[in-house]
Amino acid sequence: MRITIALAGNPNSGKTTLFNDLTGSSQYVGNWPGVTVEKKEGRLKGHKDVVIQDLPGIYSLSPYTLEEVVARSYLVKERPDAILNIVDGTNIERNLYLTTQLIELGIPVVVAINMMDLVRKNGDKIDIVKLGQELGCQVVEMSALKGQGSMEAAKAAVAAAQEKKAGEHPHVFTGSVEHAIAHIEESISGKVDDASLRWHAIKLFERDEKELEEVQLDPALKAHIEAHIADCEKELDDDAESIITNQRYAYISRVVERSVRKKAAKHALTVSDKIDRIVTNRILALPIFVVVMWAVYTIAMGGTPVSIGTMATDWTNDVLVGEWICGNLGAWMESIGCAPWLTGLVVDGIVAGVGAVIGFVPQMLVLFFLLSILEDVGYMARIAFIMDRIFRRFGLSGKSFIPMLVATGCGVPGIMASRTIENDRDRKMTIMTTGFIPCGAKMPIIGLFAGALFGGSGWIATSAYFIGVAAVIVSGIILKKTKLFAGDPAPFVMELPAYHIPSAKNVLHATWERGWSFIKRAGTVILASSVVLWFLQGFGFVDGVFGMVEDNNTSLLASIGNVVAPIFAPLGFGTWQGAVATFTGLIAKENVVSTFGVLYGFAEVAEDGAEIWSLLAGDFTALTAYSFMIFNLLCAPCFAAMGAIKREMNNAKWTWIAIGYMCGFAYVVAMIVYQLGMLFSGHFGVGTVVALLLLAGLIYLLLRKNKYQDAPLKAPARSVAAR
Amino acid sequence: MKTLKDAKVGQTVVVARLHGEGPVKRRIMDMGITKGVEILVRKVAPLGDPMELNVRGYELSVRKADAEMIEIA
Repeated sequence: MRITIALAGNPNSGKTTLFNDLTGSSQYVGNWPGVTVEKKEGRLKGHKDVVIQDLPGIYSLSPYTLEEVVARSYLVKERPDAILNIVDGTNIERNLYLTTQLIELGIPVVVAINMMDLVRKNGDKIDIVKLGQELGCQVVEMSALKGQGSMEAAKAAVAAAQEKKAGEHPHVFTGSVEHAIAHIEESISGKVDDASLRWHAIKLFERDEKELEEVQLDPALKAHIEAHIADCEKELDDDAESIITNQRYAYISRVVERSVRKKAAKHALTVSDKIDRIVTNRILALPIFVVVMWAVYTIAMGGTPVSIGTMATDWTNDVLVGEWICGNLGAWMESIGCAPWLTGLVVDGIVAGVGAVIGFVPQMLVLFFLLSILEDVGYMARIAFIMDRIFRRFGLSGKSFIPMLVATGCGVPGIMASRTIENDRDRKMTIMTTGFIPCGAKMPIIGLFAGALFGGSGWIATSAYFIGVAAVIVSGIILKKTKLFAGDPAPFVMELPAYHIPSAKNVLHATWERGWSFIKRAGTVILASSVVLWFLQGFGFVDGVFGMVEDNNTSLLASIGNVVAPIFAPLGFGTWQGAVATFTGLIAKENVVSTFGVLYGFAEVAEDGAEIWSLLAGDFTALTAYSFMIFNLLCAPCFAAMGAIKREMNNAKWTWIAIGYMCGFAYVVAMIVYQLGMLFSGHFGVGTVVALLLLAGLIYLLLRKNKYQDAPLKAPARSVAAR
Repeated sequence: MKTLKDAKVGQTVVVARLHGEGPVKRRIMDMGITKGVEILVRKVAPLGDPMELNVRGYELSVRKADAEMIEIA
């Protein structure tokens, strides 16, 4: 018989460790249907017929956050055979809040008190028998990090599932509330699943939106129930939702008082608090933060002698892919007499394209490794705490800092690092804006134009960074006022978990999981697009005959460039060379310089394209060059980054919104710069008018009032001031 | 009306009432800030916002804008 056990618990309760411990390598990672919340399931080690379903880490089963909705609709609709509720023993009060809600579902629950080693170390005592009696379910002890009690907890859950008997519901609420709930139970009996009658009744009492949507009540019954709720609210002078929450916590306080003995005084400083006193200290916090970030950045993608990441990536690019695979494979294919086009496809198309992306893997693994440590230690939450004030002005979160920092090296891991942001809106906003930060591959473009037209001025690179950061800020402000990001303001109520020593197992597991998902992406989307672009670049019509072309200028890509070129005319670089270079930049930004090299008849150019500076200076003016640079810095990033966007958005619509927004924004900014630049040199035309209108529009979008945000909250304050 | 926003660092306060409604209020209450609970204001972030609280034995950070909804005795 197949048994499904759902793993539920608060964030930071050790759920991931337990899940990895119980399922080992037999994991399936996907997404919950339609949302970006990760879904993991696996088989219990040694028990092929037991499926462990990991639920997102949640604090409550309220209908507000995506994670909560996902978890509760799974629990209510799929009804697992048992719930294994993991509870952080060092933070028992808040953790039991979720437990009281899980018990109401009428599904057998086993409560596993985790971090028992720490509880004992603190000198605290938890009477699990007493606690079990109070809650009406079995309670077991464990220390997931040390691997103690995990299997026993799972086995207890399996046994509970086989027994199929849910516990008695404890009396959580006071007389009048229990009375109202009993009335509601009576009215809806037969309309909902019998086992979860109490759950539905309580949710209806709370006037839970999702519940009211799902349980269709006729108006008479609704009015009847409403009368009971209103009576209670009047008696207790509070709204129904708050009554339930208040009484739940009051109940938990009583339970904890009876079954838990704490040694230390209330609000006493733990070791973690003492560390935090230094790390998030008013004066030291920012310097420490800068040092940590500098260390992460340097080790993952800094200069060669220090950075493990850069060295590994260089080796992969130059030696593994460059010499061993490309070189030897090409020679071998020629030696066995492969058709030149096939050799070209494999070596120049597939290996070069996918190889360029695979080259990032070592760097990304190092980076993810370091970020996983920061996360596991508990520093990630502190970063958000320290940086929140700055970032929330732009509709981002304190945690957006990491993706942005990483993106100065490469946008792909930057976008992937956005995964640590729990809030859906903040994460989407971060994904959409991270690509604006100039990455390492955009540097040669800047070098090319700085050298060719600006006498190598360092100001060009500086201005590129400035433009990138400004694009993030401007976009953040504009986007947060749009309907896309509208909705109730998400409160920034964040737990600062206690620091603990990172677990090697957890860190390696998280690193590998992220790295692997990227490698898989490289093997599919990027592989396919590399082949298509190789084809477009290598084939074309010569004298009316279709075939492989020696000269890129006659390729299909060049033909496309000619068609596309007029689009860029308002930006000042409507030549087909400019269009083609922009186009190849989509594969990888490094291609822009080499494309110009090929188009001007050089087989190979230096990284900054010094050979073609004079030729480029003939085709571009300082203004058109700058406009070209802006467009290429801000427009949709390379294929690898677009793949990362698609993966992290997990939604076709949002992927296209992100890419479309970046391209549109780049176009508008480049056009404004070019046309206004022309205006200063005395040219006035239709383009100038359009650019001025666009500029006005941009300023309007920046300054307009946010009609979607806390209007009701602020309103009373203003009326007071008016009097 | 005195709110949590006005509480000084190091001060222990008791929650008298929660204002506001819907998701924001619910979230704050779900995290254990309910009527009658004791809150210790641990510190304020280096840039002046958010603030760090100790409530029900754990550390929680809230923005001052949200702390304004929490009335203290």
